[in-house]
Amino acid sequence: MDRRAGFEIEQEEGEAARLALTGPWLVATIGAVEKDVESIDVAIDRIDLSQVSEIDTAGAWMACLLGQRYEAELVGANERAARLVESVEGMEIEGEVAAPRPGVFTRVAEKAGEKVYNARSGTRGVLGFLGALIVAFGTVIRHPSRFRGKAVVRQLELVGVKALPIVGLMSFLIGVVIAQQGAVQLQQFGAETLTVNLVGRITLRELGVLMTAIMVAGRSGSAFAAQIGTMRLTEEVDAMRTIGINPMEALVVPRILASILMMPLLGFYASAVAIIGGAAISDAFLGIPFLNFLQRIQEVVPTYDLWVGLVKAPVFGLIVALAGCYHGMQVQGNSEEVGLRTTMAVVTGIFAVIVLDAFFAVFFTRVGWA
Amino acid sequence: MALDEDKREIGRHERYRGEYPLVVEGLVNRFGDQTIHDGLDLKVRRGEILGVVGGSGTGKSVLMRSIIGLQIPDEGHIEVFGRSITDADPDQVLGIRDRWGVLFQGGALFSTLTVGENVEVPLKQFFPDLSDSLRHQIARYKVTLSGLPEEAVNKYPSELSGGMKKRAGLARALALDPELLFLDEPTAGLDPIGAAAFDQLTRELKKTLGLTVFLITHDLDTLHEICDRVAVLADKKVIAVDTVPNLMKLDHPWIQEYFNGPRGRAALTAQALDELRRNMELPVAAQTVKALDNGRNTKA
Repeated sequence: MDRRAGFEIEQEEGEAARLALTGPWLVATIGAVEKDVESIDVAIDRIDLSQVSEIDTAGAWMACLLGQRYEAELVGANERAARLVESVEGMEIEGEVAAPRPGVFTRVAEKAGEKVYNARSGTRGVLGFLGALIVAFGTVIRHPSRFRGKAVVRQLELVGVKALPIVGLMSFLIGVVIAQQGAVQLQQFGAETLTVNLVGRITLRELGVLMTAIMVAGRSGSAFAAQIGTMRLTEEVDAMRTIGINPMEALVVPRILASILMMPLLGFYASAVAIIGGAAISDAFLGIPFLNFLQRIQEVVPTYDLWVGLVKAPVFGLIVALAGCYHGMQVQGNSEEVGLRTTMAVVTGIFAVIVLDAFFAVFFTRVGWA
Repeated sequence: MALDEDKREIGRHERYRGEYPLVVEGLVNRFGDQTIHDGLDLKVRRGEILGVVGGSGTGKSVLMRSIIGLQIPDEGHIEVFGRSITDADPDQVLGIRDRWGVLFQGGALFSTLTVGENVEVPLKQFFPDLSDSLRHQIARYKVTLSGLPEEAVNKYPSELSGGMKKRAGLARALALDPELLFLDEPTAGLDPIGAAAFDQLTRELKKTLGLTVFLITHDLDTLHEICDRVAVLADKKVIAVDTVPNLMKLDHPWIQEYFNGPRGRAALTAQALDELRRNMELPVAAQTVKALDNGRNTKA
C-alpha cells in the first residue's frame, strides 16, 4: 500500500482535467503534497477521491479547499470520506489562531504607558500592602490567639536553619578572598597586618549582612513569591478568605516575621564565618597565626561595627520578605505570571537592599560610627 | 531522519482494522503497600464508546494513566493498535502517541497559549511540515468541531468558563484525528445542559470521525445515553463489561447500588422518557409523558 499522499491529473483533449487523489490523505501525509497540489495551474472540474486509501478531517479539508479553488466537484468518495467532507464543508475556518496583536508602534506606546501607569499603581500597591501588613500585625498583637506559632517556626526553619550551610560556605569563601586579595595590596606598603582590620570591619559592617540578604532574597524571597503565587492560582488564597482566615495573617505575617528574626542571626553568623575564613587564609599564607588573628579582631574592630550590621539586618529581612510576599499576592491569570513575579520579587528585593545599604552607609558615617 | 519518517508512517498511513484497538491484560499497579489493580483485564472494541465506572479510589484514572504511558505498571501487558506499549521501545510508543487523543479532567490546557495555539501544539510536534496556513485552518476547524464559538480560538484558557475549557481540551485531543480518544470525566463539573450537549458531541464525533472512545465517568446519564458498553471497576479488577441493561441484572452489591440506587433509577426514568418522546408522536403518548414528567418533578 502506498504510504504517501499523491495525486494524478488526467486530461483529455479539449476538456477540463480530472484530479485524482491517491494514497493516504491524512494530517500526517498532506504536508508533503500541499505545495505541489497547490501549484497545479490547469482547469479542473472533478476531484476524484476513489483512490484515496485513508482520509481524515485534515485530508477532507484539503480536498474541499481544492474543490473551492478550482470550482471542481468532489466525486468517488466512499462513505467515510463523504461523511468527513460533509462535516468540514462550508466551515468558515480562515484566519489566525494567535491572540490579536497590534502593530509595533501601537505596542511600543502601549508598553511605555503601561510601565508608567504600573510604576504609579505599583507604588500605591506596595504602600497598601505595607499598610495591610501593619494592620495584620496589629490584629495579631491584639488577639494573640490568632498568632500562628507553628507557621512561624516552620518559616524560621526554612529561612534560617536550612540556609546555614550555603550561607556559611559563601561567607567563608568571601572571607578567604578578601583576606587574600587585601593582603596582596597591603603587602606593597608592608602593612599586611592591616588585613585583620580589613576583614573584620568590612565583614561585620557591610558584606556579612549584605551577602546574606542577597542569599535570602534568592532562597526565600523567591520561594515566598512562588508559593503564594501558586496558591493564588489554585484559589487557595480565595478559599482562605471565604473561611474567614485573613491571608495576610496566615501567609504573610509568619514569613515576614521569620525573615526579620532570622536575618540578624544569619548576618552575624555570616560575618563570624567570614572572619574565620580570613583567619584561616592568613594563617596559611601570611604567617599570621589563626588565634592571633582572632585576638587582633577584638582589638581593631570597634563594637559599633557589629551594631551597624545588626541594625541593618532586620530591615533587609523585612524588605526581602515584603518583596516576595507582595509579588506572590499580585499573581493572577496563568503560570507564566508566577515565574515573572518570582523574578521581580528577587530583583526588586536585592535592588532595594543595595539602595538602602548605601543610605545606611552615609547615615552611620554621619552619626560618627565610621 | 529517513528511519524516523518510516516509523512515523507505519503508525499513520493506515487506520487500525483489528477488532480490539486497546487490550489490557493482567495489569498490576501498586503504590507502596496499596494495591490498586490486581490482574486487571480489559478489551475495548473498535468503534465503541466504552464507559468506565467505579467508586472513588478504584483506580479509574490510574488505569487510564497506565494505558497512555504516564504510569509504569508493576506488572501486566497493554496493547494499543496491536502493539505492546509495556515492553516496546520508546520510539514505537511515539508512533502510537499521535494516534490517540487525551482529554484530562481539568482540560490541562497550556495556560500561556490561546485555544487555537493549544490545538496547534500536537500538530507542530508531530507534523512540522504542514504549512502555517493549513495548520491554522485545521486548528480552527477542530475548535469549531468541538462546539466552541469561533471567537474562542484566540482567547486564553483563563478567559474561558469550565465547560469551554473542556471543549477546548477536546479540540486539542482531536487535533491529530486520533483513532482512540480518552476522556477523563468529561461531564464532571458541567451544568446538566452542558453535560447533555457534551454527550451529544461525543456521540456525533464518534460517528463522523469513526472514533473508539474510552470514557471514565460518574455521570449515570452519560452511561445510559452514549455508552455502548460499560466496564465496572471494583475489587481491583474489571468485574464486568456489558451493556447497561445487562449489567443491571448482575448480582454484585456495588453494581446493584450504583445502577439501582436513587440516582441510577432517576437516570433510567429520564432515558425511558426520552425514548417515549422519540418513538411515539401520538397525543396519548404525549400526555403520558407529561403525566410521568409531572410525577417525576413532584417527587424531586
